[in-house]
Amino acid sequence: MTKVQDMKRNKLRAGLRSTLMVLAMSGLLAGCATSGNPKDPVEGFNRAMFAFNEGLDAAIIKPVAKGYDAVLPTPVRTGVTNFFGNIADFFIGVNNLLQGKPDQAVSDLGRVLVNSTIGILGIFDVATGAGLEKHEEDFGQTFGRWGVGDGAYVVLPFFGPRTVRDTAGLVLDSMADPVADIDHVPTRNVLLALRIVDTRADLLPADKVIEEAALDKYSYIRDGYLQRRRNLVHDGNPPREQADY
Amino acid sequence: MKRIPGLFGLLGLCFSVLFGPSAGAADLAPDVLVKDVTSEVLDIVRKDKDIRNGNTPKVLELVETKVVPHFNFARMTRLALGRDGKQATPAQMATLVEEFRTLLVRTYSKALSEYRDQEIVFRPLKMSPAETDVKVRTEIRQSGGKPVQLDYYLEKTAAGWKVYDMEVGGVSLVTNYRSSFSQEIRANGIDGLIRSLQAKNKTEPAK
Repeated sequence: MTKVQDMKRNKLRAGLRSTLMVLAMSGLLAGCATSGNPKDPVEGFNRAMFAFNEGLDAAIIKPVAKGYDAVLPTPVRTGVTNFFGNIADFFIGVNNLLQGKPDQAVSDLGRVLVNSTIGILGIFDVATGAGLEKHEEDFGQTFGRWGVGDGAYVVLPFFGPRTVRDTAGLVLDSMADPVADIDHVPTRNVLLALRIVDTRADLLPADKVIEEAALDKYSYIRDGYLQRRRNLVHDGNPPREQADY
Repeated sequence: MKRIPGLFGLLGLCFSVLFGPSAGAADLAPDVLVKDVTSEVLDIVRKDKDIRNGNTPKVLELVETKVVPHFNFARMTRLALGRDGKQATPAQMATLVEEFRTLLVRTYSKALSEYRDQEIVFRPLKMSPAETDVKVRTEIRQSGGKPVQLDYYLEKTAAGWKVYDMEVGGVSLVTNYRSSFSQEIRANGIDGLIRSLQAKNKTEPAK
């Protein structure tokens, strides 16, 4: 077996192990559930992880993202976001294919071709202007499309809100992530860090709105996440489930 | 020449007497209403440096005068409460509507002051004249990202079309409160929810 195959296998194994660990933790911690929300059976554990992530964000990630946002001119910021968006578009296309939407998959791969070349390594998103709209897909959504239910809501350390289904999706997303696959370790680490900071900086405006809106930030983000994922799985047209009383 | 503006003024007065009150928002189609109000409000935000720099009283005033008249806060409150709303007395309900209104107006104003020249695309609405409940779809286009859906749910009332729900990327600004409201009511009753809304509304706006 070649070295590459071996590495891939180890990666798969590590991925499966972390999924199992999360599932096991959720199961174990179900015992110390604190509220009656059926979608959030491990609320006690989740709130602790949420507090941990919030602490990490407040101490390191948010200040760095703010500095990044303040220092870089908007066109450069957009270029960075486009660059990572272009890398993501390939697997967005793969997921669209897996979800039985070949026309969207073709459009996504077209985006990668156009933006990687005319758009100079993805820095300029010329494809959107040419009518190839950007999509948002991942393995969690693909599982959802295949009929896999959400499962319990879990807050993962570092990664934040997920459901059990989306945690499994996240494992595949990370394995498919081309940035994490770069062999030159310093380059890889710089790109991974840059992507985190850039993503976080894009969320700074939403941050303030959530602070303003939420009575309890934990449940506001939980319910928002669940609604958002439901919307994404149905590509923006979920069956309406609100009833008046 | 000086008399011409006066003449126009007089004509204008005639027109507003003839068409003013009845040809207002009450007669507009829901998608036209959403488009008109959004365009007008964003135009003001674009030109107003104070608002973009986060002048809270000024944004709040803009939202109160231009946006709030088209919202049905009583329906929004009932939607957010869900089944639990039945427990509330009429007096409690009135207080809840008032406090929830304050919270939503503050949130909406905060979102508005974060607006930075993103392009808004209005999707055409297909509806039959008999319809009384519609969803108007808009899209916020931003460079470097997937467009964000911004949808308005409107119902037809005697006073024109009124917005009773808004969804950002599929997340309802109204029903997103349902489970935390019901948790609060289970723990501390309707009055507990009123107290926590009042406490929230007394806090300083998020910086």
